[in-house]
Amino acid sequence: MPAPLLEARSISKAFAGVRALNDVDFSLFPGEVHALVGENGAGKSTLIKVFTGAIAADSGSLTVAGREVRHHTPATARSLGIGAIYQQPSLFPHLTVAENIAWTLEGGGLWHRVDWKARQRLAAGLIRRAGASIDPERVAGTLSMPEQQIVEIAKAIGAGARILIMDEPTSSLTDREVESLFQVIASLRAQGSGVIYISHRLNEIFSIADRITVLRDGETIGTRNTTEVQPTDLIEMMAGRPSASVFPKREVPHGAIALELRNVSSSAAGVRDVSFSVRSGEIVGLAGLVGSGRTELAETIFGLNALDSGEILVEARTVRIGSPAEAIEAGVAYVPQDRRRHGIVLEMPVAANTSLASLRAISRWGWIDGARERILAERYVAQLQIKTPSVDATCGTLSGGNQQKVALARWLATSPKVLILDEPTQGVDVGSKSEIHRRMVDLAEGGLAIIMISSELPEILGMSDRILVMHAGSIGGVLSRAEATQYKILSLALGHRPTGEMAQIQE
Amino acid sequence: MRKGYSREASVAGALIALLVVVAAVAPRYFSRENLTDICLANAPVLIVAVGMTLVILTGQIDISVGSMFAVCGVAAGVLAKAGLPVPIAALGACFTGAALGSLNGGLVAYLRVPSIVVTLAAMVALRDGLRWATQGAWVEDLPSGFQWLGFSQSSFSAMILLLAAGITVTVGWGLRNLAAGRAVYATGSSEQAAHLSGIDTRRYRFWVFTIMGALTGLAALLNSVRFNQIPSNSGLGLEMRVIAAVVVGGTAITGGTGSISGTVVGVILLGAVGPALTFLGINPYWEKAIQGAIILAAIVADKVSVRVAFLSSRKHASSPASTRA
Repeated sequence: MPAPLLEARSISKAFAGVRALNDVDFSLFPGEVHALVGENGAGKSTLIKVFTGAIAADSGSLTVAGREVRHHTPATARSLGIGAIYQQPSLFPHLTVAENIAWTLEGGGLWHRVDWKARQRLAAGLIRRAGASIDPERVAGTLSMPEQQIVEIAKAIGAGARILIMDEPTSSLTDREVESLFQVIASLRAQGSGVIYISHRLNEIFSIADRITVLRDGETIGTRNTTEVQPTDLIEMMAGRPSASVFPKREVPHGAIALELRNVSSSAAGVRDVSFSVRSGEIVGLAGLVGSGRTELAETIFGLNALDSGEILVEARTVRIGSPAEAIEAGVAYVPQDRRRHGIVLEMPVAANTSLASLRAISRWGWIDGARERILAERYVAQLQIKTPSVDATCGTLSGGNQQKVALARWLATSPKVLILDEPTQGVDVGSKSEIHRRMVDLAEGGLAIIMISSELPEILGMSDRILVMHAGSIGGVLSRAEATQYKILSLALGHRPTGEMAQIQE
Repeated sequence: MRKGYSREASVAGALIALLVVVAAVAPRYFSRENLTDICLANAPVLIVAVGMTLVILTGQIDISVGSMFAVCGVAAGVLAKAGLPVPIAALGACFTGAALGSLNGGLVAYLRVPSIVVTLAAMVALRDGLRWATQGAWVEDLPSGFQWLGFSQSSFSAMILLLAAGITVTVGWGLRNLAAGRAVYATGSSEQAAHLSGIDTRRYRFWVFTIMGALTGLAALLNSVRFNQIPSNSGLGLEMRVIAAVVVGGTAITGGTGSISGTVVGVILLGAVGPALTFLGINPYWEKAIQGAIILAAIVADKVSVRVAFLSSRKHASSPASTRA
């Protein structure tokens, strides 16, 4: 057996006391494609960052080509032949392919003269080695996604990379493009390079990888040869045991259908033929892996993406939602994921943040009734138990959980019929988290229809009456609260139906 | 909106310090004529600065106001000379400004051209267009009713000050109490959040530029009727003076925070420095340098206060955000 290209032993890393990696082992041999799989937050990205030198491990050792590496930095990673290709190619869109490749490869001082011919030849040669043909003179911004990825691969090869890390390289590719990428990977493998391949798509992993390592909660669950493992085994390894934490879920009677989608498609959002309905009082969990189109679906309902076909009904009436203002009018509220960027206005006080989406309701002839605004804000501060010195306190001074509650308050103030929560407890401390869960149940009891997007399977399982699992822009399956398990959700999210398609994946 | 630190108060403090020094050395500064002069010269600046506060609050900038000021002044004179009644000519100046402002606003809001580019183009085009149209000549032989708009000088002086004060108070009140004012802050603070909250941010961007233009037209009119001829090169450097006053007054150049009261103090401070130098017997060439130092001090104070606020908020914050990918 040849010596490994890369070997990591007992890698551990914690962020602000939160353990991201714990005793992780990983190795990569020449001519091997080694897949790295795991749920969102399992630690895949952190491990990759340790390999590329973007972050330093707290403990453990990293050996590259037989030599132990200390003080790993992006520069040493490059000199050791480690190259990474990310989901989103990072080319300079206004430069040509040749210039993009030269930018990372050509040395020389600030004043060295550019040898344009040599630059062209180099680029053309590298692209050929990456198994493609792209005119080096083309401007990077005009390339398709896979073409951009090939340029990235060419850059990595040019830098002498023998270890290529590919993080979800196929997430924006069509089937045919995936095939051509796989040919490139095959030729790299034939040249003796090693590829670390991260993907959420099980069938891809089974068709390209030699070995598979499963991470869960920052730990290595196991490494298996692809020929010796079934997709079902992998999913079980990824899902693990059900979580023990308790959710404050209560059964509440469901009312009439509050929101219904009929064959909704939006090419701008990558949402394809989605149909479902939510009843008042019901909490529907929207699960799926990052990039499966959950947020995009929510944004489409909220009028941020244009509908190509299909219709949206609120309380059995077809509504035309072309902008957030129309969505609010129709009774749809959306608490977005990144609350600092899209949710609350940090510079504004709690009261102004609470009333921002319902200014019309608290003003007469455009004149804000300050007293009514205060009453409104104080009502939600009390109802949601927002910890703030007063409603005049600036939102930027509140804790993450309380900021999230202010964002929630703003949307409740619009008296919605449907509330969409996108990762409502992300980056929120444990106390505030169960607090937010309790409020959600209260709201459902009050007759609100709630759609909750979450990457956390225990949260989805603990809070939802029904679970919609998205895969590649459409609903991969629906599970009732009683039948849902982490295993079933992950299977659907990975595009793997428990029955029927087994043969195809095996093949 | 920031607690524990008030820009208005610290700028007012600087202003008082300046006035105390002047009072000790050159008490003649506080003569009625001098103060009236300072007020009359700065009333148009204040009116433009109020408009600029709106523009900067939404996260934009308008550097074409100086050129617009010249165009509107000449427009008022030309209309009056053409025989239109003086009130109509006066309205004409405001409409000219509003039209030019709406052009800026339309390009910024609906075509999404960066405002610095749009208004730079407008600044150059209007200035050179006016020079070409007038061949550099001033508008002279104005009808007799034009100067002071037909009022006596003293009652006009009172009127211009009342008008400036009225506009300032109205806009300041509106920013605090109208839904539209709230939308202006929200647009400048986080366009995404404002848009998601159902606010038509483009409409507000368009309107602040239009209001900016109308106020510039009004300021130009009030300035031009003080003399019996209208220069075709007025308003040179006005944009920088106004932007400086707004920034010194505590409005963040990136939008979202600030107030009209801050702008008022900023205009007074910058406007009081120049004459004070004359009275203190300092070479007036220092005026620009001192104004520059004031602007720099204001911005540094901003950064320091943000840093302090950040550090103290970190002390209170209890939840480190999860950094796991």
